[in-house]
Amino acid sequence: MTSRKTELLVGIFVALAIAATLLLALRVANQGMAGGGETYTLTARFDNIGGLKARSSVKVGGVIVGRVSRIYLNERDLVPMVEMEISTEYANTFPDTSSLSILTSGLLGEQFIGLKPGFIFPEDLEMIEEDKVCETSPYENCPYLTEGEEIMDTKSALVLEDLIGQFLFNQGNE
Amino acid sequence: MAESIVTVDKMHFSRGERVIYDDISLNVRKGAITAIMGPSGIGKTTLLKLIGGQLAPDSGSVLFQGSNVHKVSRHKLYELRRRMSMLFQSGALFTNMTVFDNVAFPLREHTHLNEDIIRTIVYLKLEAVGLRGAYDLMPSELSGGMARRAALARAIALDPDLIMYDEPFAGQDPISMGVLVSLIKSLNKALNLTSIVVTHDVTEVLSIADYVYILANKKIIGEGTPNEIRQSDSDLVQQFLEGKADGPVPFHYPAQDLRTALIGE
Amino acid sequence: MQKLINLGRGTLDYIAAIGSASMMLFGALFAFPTWKNTRLMVHQMYVVGVQSLLIIIVSGLFIGMVMALQGYTILVSYGAEGSLGPMVALSLLRELGPVVTALLFAGRAGSALTAEIGLMKATEQLSSLEMMAVDPLRRVLSPRFWAGVYSMPMLALIFSAVGILGGHLVGVDWLGVDSGSYWSIMQSTVEWNEDVVNGVIKALVFALVVVWIALYKGYHCIPTSEGISKATTETVVYSSLTILGLDFVLTALMFGIS
Repeated sequence: MTSRKTELLVGIFVALAIAATLLLALRVANQGMAGGGETYTLTARFDNIGGLKARSSVKVGGVIVGRVSRIYLNERDLVPMVEMEISTEYANTFPDTSSLSILTSGLLGEQFIGLKPGFIFPEDLEMIEEDKVCETSPYENCPYLTEGEEIMDTKSALVLEDLIGQFLFNQGNE
Repeated sequence: MAESIVTVDKMHFSRGERVIYDDISLNVRKGAITAIMGPSGIGKTTLLKLIGGQLAPDSGSVLFQGSNVHKVSRHKLYELRRRMSMLFQSGALFTNMTVFDNVAFPLREHTHLNEDIIRTIVYLKLEAVGLRGAYDLMPSELSGGMARRAALARAIALDPDLIMYDEPFAGQDPISMGVLVSLIKSLNKALNLTSIVVTHDVTEVLSIADYVYILANKKIIGEGTPNEIRQSDSDLVQQFLEGKADGPVPFHYPAQDLRTALIGE
Repeated sequence: MQKLINLGRGTLDYIAAIGSASMMLFGALFAFPTWKNTRLMVHQMYVVGVQSLLIIIVSGLFIGMVMALQGYTILVSYGAEGSLGPMVALSLLRELGPVVTALLFAGRAGSALTAEIGLMKATEQLSSLEMMAVDPLRRVLSPRFWAGVYSMPMLALIFSAVGILGGHLVGVDWLGVDSGSYWSIMQSTVEWNEDVVNGVIKALVFALVVVWIALYKGYHCIPTSEGISKATTETVVYSSLTILGLDFVLTALMFGIS
């Protein structure tokens, strides 16, 4: 029959398992940014995405603000499109003049999207204050990046072969 | 003739290609001790498993208190089994529980009695088999005879109508054999039970049985009260009772002629 | 001709075995523990879970330590020792945690389950349960089944966590990788759903398979000492092979295409 000691030990076992889960959740996987969390979607068009993958991170000066959610081909223009989910923590933060570039962390590291915030004209700031253009849909006049908006200014990934080709071409010219 | 509690009718049973029972019929009268005897290896245990519904016959029927054991639903079969119990050759005590918990097991599984009442019942049953002092031993600490008595206490815990004993005397010393013989007889009387004893120990069982069936060669070769059996003129029955090495039940397992096997043709 | 007949009969036997094993699985699945059986299950969790804890923790610790040591010597030559954290964490969470735990579990708990049930069969305890109108499926198999299915993923989680700590011990405390980068690069690489949850799903599937094989082999063994020893061996061999084969399938499903 089940004795008290057995029950106690099974309890300790379960507690250990929960502790392990907590360790994995908080220290290893960093649940904060990864899942859950409300996000809004942005899209961007690149000429070449290099080694970018779904779930690659979107960083602003090294701070992760979102993740790539989907990569697909624009069937009309035959260029890659990237869909990103940006945390709503950063809603109405990045001006719509921001630019994106695909960067590599370290020499062999993975690729990510670097977002470089643009600027906002002072008169736009007044407009936000007065007309509240960023608080209700449609956001057409809002000077910030909002749900579904496309970022125009993008810089493609560096492809080694292109670089070498360019280098040789320049050498030839000299 | 008194009411019968188990009726086996024209039962045929085979395992793979090997026929174990060919068309046997028998009756177990209520309140009596019925012995089923026969040489080893003819599937006497199988007969008990057939009555208990653990195995199903190829044809024929087994009735227990009027219900066909193999035709009723699983639920109903379990209900029937609560009214019968079986004492296995090895005792089959649960090795991870004490004797007390073993005897209490069927009570805890099938009744909602509180622990006080269960303890009373368990002590009474253990007292009946003379093992009340051994209640907190583990089965591994019991001798073979004690284990069988403890298993008997467990078998009668739910006050069944029928107990089936599978080789209760096998491998017992004369004293524990005597204890078991008298226990079977006295329990049968005191608890108003019906007993089926499957065995090949002739003298012990003839002393307590009310009615005897002798099985051999897939059939029932003799039946009757112990006295009728003793006076039977069947060669088979006499060979069995007297323990002759050779006779209608041959000494040799069926094989080709020795000369042919050794020399070849 | 005789060979052909034997082949056919063998195939039929095999299919029948799969059938009866599946029926047993469903029986055990649906015989979900009632309150009475919960206590039995807790007891079995003690047997299969708590008693496997030591071997799991020790193996996890050493595997984490060895991986940190091996990974460090390779990574340091690329100047990428910062990636030690994610390397250790991902290998443990995705592969080694579930797989090694399942293999150890099959050897430690699976074989014991088979032997125990086989012995219960040999000593007629299962028959005797039946005759007492107690369903062995419900009373004996189901608690063991559920205890195994619950315990295994927990053991795998503990294994991975201990392994990551072991990697930290060697990588950070002995070899001098920066503690901050060990954790933070791990954090930015490891995904909760992708890695941790998938690992747990793997462990759950392996648990199901191991316990299923162990119980089936025990329940259907030939009740002699030889039969039980054969069944025990088969449990370990079949479980291990199934784990490794399934691991490939699951990995392909989870991480293969994206």
